Amino acid sequence: MNHLLSIEDLDRAAIERIVAQAERFAEVSDREIKKVPALRGRMVLNLFYEASTRTRSSFELAAKRLSADVVNFAASGSSVEKGESLKDTVLTLSAHKPDAIVLRTPWAGASELVSRWCSAAIVNAGDGKHEHPTQALLDVYTLHRRLGGLDALKIWIVGDVAHSRVARSDILAFQRMGAQVTVAGPPTLIPRGIDQLGCEVRYTLDELDSADVVYALRMQRERMSETWVPSLREYAAWYQINGRRLTPRQVLMHPGPVNRGVELSGEVVDSPQAVITAQVEAGVVVRMAVLYELLSGAGARAPGGEGAGDGERARPEPTAARDGDQDALLDIAESGVAAGRDA
Amino acid sequence: MSPRAPLIGGAGDPADVLLRDVRALDPRERIDGRHDVLVRAGEIAEIGAHGTLEAPDGAEIVDGEGRLALLPAFFDPHVHLRTPGQEHKEDLETGTRAAAAGGYAGVLAMPNTDPVLDSAPLLGSLREAAARQARVPVGFLAAITRGLQGELLSEMAELSEAGAVGFTDDGKPVADAGTLRKALQYQRLCGGVLALHEEDPTLSRGGAMNEGAVSSALGIAGIPTVAESTMVARDAALAGYEDGRVHFMHLSCAGSADAVAAAKQAGARVSAEVSPHHLLLTDEDVRSLDTRLKMHPPLTGESDRRALVEALRDGTIDCVATDHAPHAREEKEVPFEQAPMGTTGLETAFAALHTGLVLPGVLPLGLLVERMTAGAALFGLPLARIAAGAPANLTLVDLDARWVAGEHGWASRSENCCFAGRALQGRVLLTLAAGTLAHRDRAIALAGTA
Repeated sequence: MNHLLSIEDLDRAAIERIVAQAERFAEVSDREIKKVPALRGRMVLNLFYEASTRTRSSFELAAKRLSADVVNFAASGSSVEKGESLKDTVLTLSAHKPDAIVLRTPWAGASELVSRWCSAAIVNAGDGKHEHPTQALLDVYTLHRRLGGLDALKIWIVGDVAHSRVARSDILAFQRMGAQVTVAGPPTLIPRGIDQLGCEVRYTLDELDSADVVYALRMQRERMSETWVPSLREYAAWYQINGRRLTPRQVLMHPGPVNRGVELSGEVVDSPQAVITAQVEAGVVVRMAVLYELLSGAGARAPGGEGAGDGERARPEPTAARDGDQDALLDIAESGVAAGRDA
Repeated sequence: MSPRAPLIGGAGDPADVLLRDVRALDPRERIDGRHDVLVRAGEIAEIGAHGTLEAPDGAEIVDGEGRLALLPAFFDPHVHLRTPGQEHKEDLETGTRAAAAGGYAGVLAMPNTDPVLDSAPLLGSLREAAARQARVPVGFLAAITRGLQGELLSEMAELSEAGAVGFTDDGKPVADAGTLRKALQYQRLCGGVLALHEEDPTLSRGGAMNEGAVSSALGIAGIPTVAESTMVARDAALAGYEDGRVHFMHLSCAGSADAVAAAKQAGARVSAEVSPHHLLLTDEDVRSLDTRLKMHPPLTGESDRRALVEALRDGTIDCVATDHAPHAREEKEVPFEQAPMGTTGLETAFAALHTGLVLPGVLPLGLLVERMTAGAALFGLPLARIAAGAPANLTLVDLDARWVAGEHGWASRSENCCFAGRALQGRVLLTLAAGTLAHRDRAIALAGTA
């Protein structure tokens, strides 16, 4: 594994490997000295184009517990505000030869793009509304710890699926681990064609009691100004997970931060079914496992990378047609953009 | 008709060329066979059976070996030459060089420049520049509304008199039905086709690609196809009511083709174009998030693609137009959602359509040639013909030549071609535009002078 760009790239074995590694790191976290020297001398760069407290600090903590050096680069108050492009920012920061770049941006596919511009291992910490793979891994880890596994679990993901990168990564990860996923929410917030990912779609919570796990998504207040739903009050009436809807045998998850009184009632947040704080705890050990997998596990790249400035991979010039391509007309003949993800 | 010649540029020395033993193919002239075609002083002087014509003194000779195809040169009613104001993307010289390289002998340039082409003086200066710089003749469409703001009509009559071939707010719809209706009424005074970019902004707002399973998987806001088709239906009804002449640009979905078919059935004076990328690619190709595949309207689904091919075949869609939209490398080398809309297309249109539709047997070659030339007539301009006495607007193509799009770089200033890196078959070797040699591929040497 060279990068963690999306759950789509991971098979079940890779997810299980990361979960198992995270479990080993969890033991470390219970010790008095919580630090291991696994990544001593390695540099992890946090590059965040969106405000984030918990994900960024979770990555920072994970890197530090592995004894890596951490540099935080927030886009606000930086050259980005002076108009520097993503590419130039990445190339500039690459000059410091980070071993891994943890990247959050508001743009789908940005992590993959960056992976072609520099030699560091790229960890997608959220790319637009596309994916948030470490969140999905920590959710799998949390369920694994709580329930022993995901096979045949029925998991409902409830709320604003359209604007949720967590939902996309979770749908893929939960299904890959053997669970059946249903998404439920207002029709304006369930994107057309999402069922093609293999999940069921519901517009009411009438059958919520069939779920083993209820995963509530954050309802962002700015969606209101775009009139995706008529009112938060009505949203809460139809879709809030509360004591009336949640049964004692169900597990309740949420990626945080919670809007109490909107997607979750206060009572369920504090209920024994809720594993929301366990998810936060899992964040650190799972991110430790991801960084460890990328920087020291089998197949990890050599320390220091192969030198920055590999930018030309971004837009490879097409090469002359090879003899073997004679039947591949209109196919992409270059080893380029579409095929070049994981060399 | 406007008093000025609608197309300008392509001035050069009139060509004297003998195209010997070529497969001359012009469906309108019902020619398809091995011929010698003699061009003298920029006109087709004579067409004879192969091996019958001699090259006069001073004429160059191209040997088609009974194999190279000679076609009427293509016409593209929809290109962005980016002059004035965005010459870092393209200009009159590079854009028309790209056109010539793609086998085109005439293009219509869009007015969404900076400043917008919405005044007669600007049109005058553009035409002067084109006379000096354009390799192939260029016509200019002027804006329907001032500054493309969708509110006040531009001075259409004055623009028409200054040589505007037609009017469009391309890049944006004329969202307000009342405004478009006034333009249709004013068309009775000034003539000129109204070319319409159809998109309901309340439906497309925020979208960066086609709405569907792919956009859902990528988490990118989608543009539903009804954003286009509902506007096509609306404006076809308006055109019918006012008996106006409208041309629907870059259709992208089955619903739009259906709306055009219904309008034609009802007798409305409407025509339509489709781009090579909408005929050949789908939103599945966008999974790679290659920004060269981001354009307006977006690539749609496979059933829409098939419907467009069928509509082109049956004539519901009248012609192919590339919507050649150059952008600088740094503008496209950004995350997909940030990238500007548009792909270049002039240099690959024929080869891509030949490869993707003719070779698999979906469309006959003659029909493709007809649809790639028909755009001129839709705007009241003469069609390229392989006929004695006609000006030489000719394209010589090697239908067997295989190449990879972009392997030798681009004639365009920009490289944002959605077909870049794809293996294509069919290569333009020579383009004669308005009687002058506009393009010669490096693969072909004019075989000496007789």
